[in-house]
Amino acid sequence: MLSFSAESLEHSDINEKLRSTKEDCSVDGCCGQRFIAAGMSGKDITVSGIPGNALGAYLNGANITVLGNAQDAVGDTMNDGRIVVHGNIGDAAGYAMRGGRIYVRGNAGYRAGIHMKAYQDKYPVMIIGGKAGSFLGEYQAGGVIVVLNLDTPEDKIVGFFPCTGMHGGKMFLRSECENVIFPEQVTARPANEEDFQEIRNYLTEYCETFGLNLNDILSGPFTVVIPDSKNPYKRMYVPN
Amino acid sequence: MLKEGQIRIPSGCAISAIISRDGNRMTGEDIVKSMIPMHDRSNGLGGGFAGYGIYPEYKDFYALHIFFDSRTTRKDCEAFLKEYFEIVEAEIIPTRKMPEITDEPLIWRYFVAPFQSMLADMQLDEREYVARIVMKINTELSGTYCFSSGKNMGTFKAVGFPEDVGTFYKLEEYEGYSWMAHGRYPTNTPGWWGGAHPFTLLDFSIVHNGEISSYDANRRFIEMFGYKCTLQTDTEVITYIMDYLVRRQGLTLTEAANVIAAPFWSTIGREPDEETKKRLAYLRTVFPSLLVTGPFSIVLGFTGGIMALNDRLKLRSMVVGEKDDVVYVASEEAAIRAVEPDAENIWAPAGGEPVIVTVKEGAL
Repeated sequence: MLSFSAESLEHSDINEKLRSTKEDCSVDGCCGQRFIAAGMSGKDITVSGIPGNALGAYLNGANITVLGNAQDAVGDTMNDGRIVVHGNIGDAAGYAMRGGRIYVRGNAGYRAGIHMKAYQDKYPVMIIGGKAGSFLGEYQAGGVIVVLNLDTPEDKIVGFFPCTGMHGGKMFLRSECENVIFPEQVTARPANEEDFQEIRNYLTEYCETFGLNLNDILSGPFTVVIPDSKNPYKRMYVPN
Repeated sequence: MLKEGQIRIPSGCAISAIISRDGNRMTGEDIVKSMIPMHDRSNGLGGGFAGYGIYPEYKDFYALHIFFDSRTTRKDCEAFLKEYFEIVEAEIIPTRKMPEITDEPLIWRYFVAPFQSMLADMQLDEREYVARIVMKINTELSGTYCFSSGKNMGTFKAVGFPEDVGTFYKLEEYEGYSWMAHGRYPTNTPGWWGGAHPFTLLDFSIVHNGEISSYDANRRFIEMFGYKCTLQTDTEVITYIMDYLVRRQGLTLTEAANVIAAPFWSTIGREPDEETKKRLAYLRTVFPSLLVTGPFSIVLGFTGGIMALNDRLKLRSMVVGEKDDVVYVASEEAAIRAVEPDAENIWAPAGGEPVIVTVKEGAL
């Protein structure tokens, strides 16, 4: 286990240290250094302090645990691995990710899961324990996004314009979503047993990670959102 | 070399602000420190700060901060100023010589009071009078640029990284109840000192991260009211819009925020509260040309407070935190933690949701 302080280190110094060993690593005292663990695989990395933007970008199999909050673009374009954030995350988390899991205990900012996509055996998963900001799952093309709203169930689970341009994948919102307005090209309906089967393993792992009770979580009403058509742009500009 | 105003400059940027609700005066050290973790958001072509409450000994006078190309332009400008103002103090703004900051213009400040006889003659209130003269300086006197003109506040800006600009201007020697900062990342700029942020008119200052797409629509409208957009930067136009809406039209800050970051009509249509719905629709209808589109996160500074605001789509990041009586706003949480590791209630305001923090009554 390699432990070191990020204080007075540039992001390139931090990543060099992380790459210099095959052991698991622990970095503390981060304060805004970007790209931590970008592209890395084959180790567990624990981060404390505030990691900068694009934490775990292009992640390729490593497991990252952030003990506090993370900033924008967590897991940008990640391919594989797992990012666990015990606090909140900023905007555009999981931007264009095509594999791996992002588990957040707190809230997500705007545009979480923007343009997530699945590819062959790649299936990205994002679970947000709190609320999500506007434009959740914008242009979502694959994978699954789950929002649980565990802490403030009286608040709206998601901001404005969720699923704008969504044309693939699936979204689970732990709410009846009566006050959520979805765009025309998606269908929102109560989740059924078959839907839960798809996310059961991930939710179990999520609950183990954060010490939560799976049955409590599953007891809430869930709304599932899927795109209506494989071709959501049909007739958008010209009849085709 | 093409200067600002002759070329269009898109920019990236970092912003930060710190304000004491109790009106306690803080040196400029913390605001400079907050910019360090965000170094990579700037590219060294502009950094700047504004401090409020920094000139208590001259609080009744307008503090004009002016860049001059040469001694000749300074003399011409001083002759010009003497026609309109009583100058109670004129001095060079103290700076450090340092390798990170080069090609500095002559940087002076003047504490001035408008001639009462001229005010009466022109039938203008004092602030309008000062604003008009600042516009005159910036459009008619070549080689001269007045970049700060409020009372008991001052803007300090330069070409360089923000942390270096703070050191250059010796901000640790000033004490203010509110500070704001900017690091600039213009991508096509010739780089000029006047183009750095904050942009200030009277006591309104703006720092801005983003790139607005409504610049020309906003500019055409605001120029009808005597504002001259000399620099082609979107931040300048936002400063004038806020001055127009708040000072001249008498809107509240929240109303002004609802004009420049108006909700979508669809969102207004679903607003459950009838009064709010009417108000939002009214503001969008009366000031359609002042809707600011495209990405922005801004902090507006004014006497006694700040307002932080994101564009309605929230295309830029901005977080708010607090500790005791101090409130922090920054592009990144790391900037807040760098100054106050134990900051609490860290949150990201929604797009178009203004965060207004004022110093409590009687504290100033």
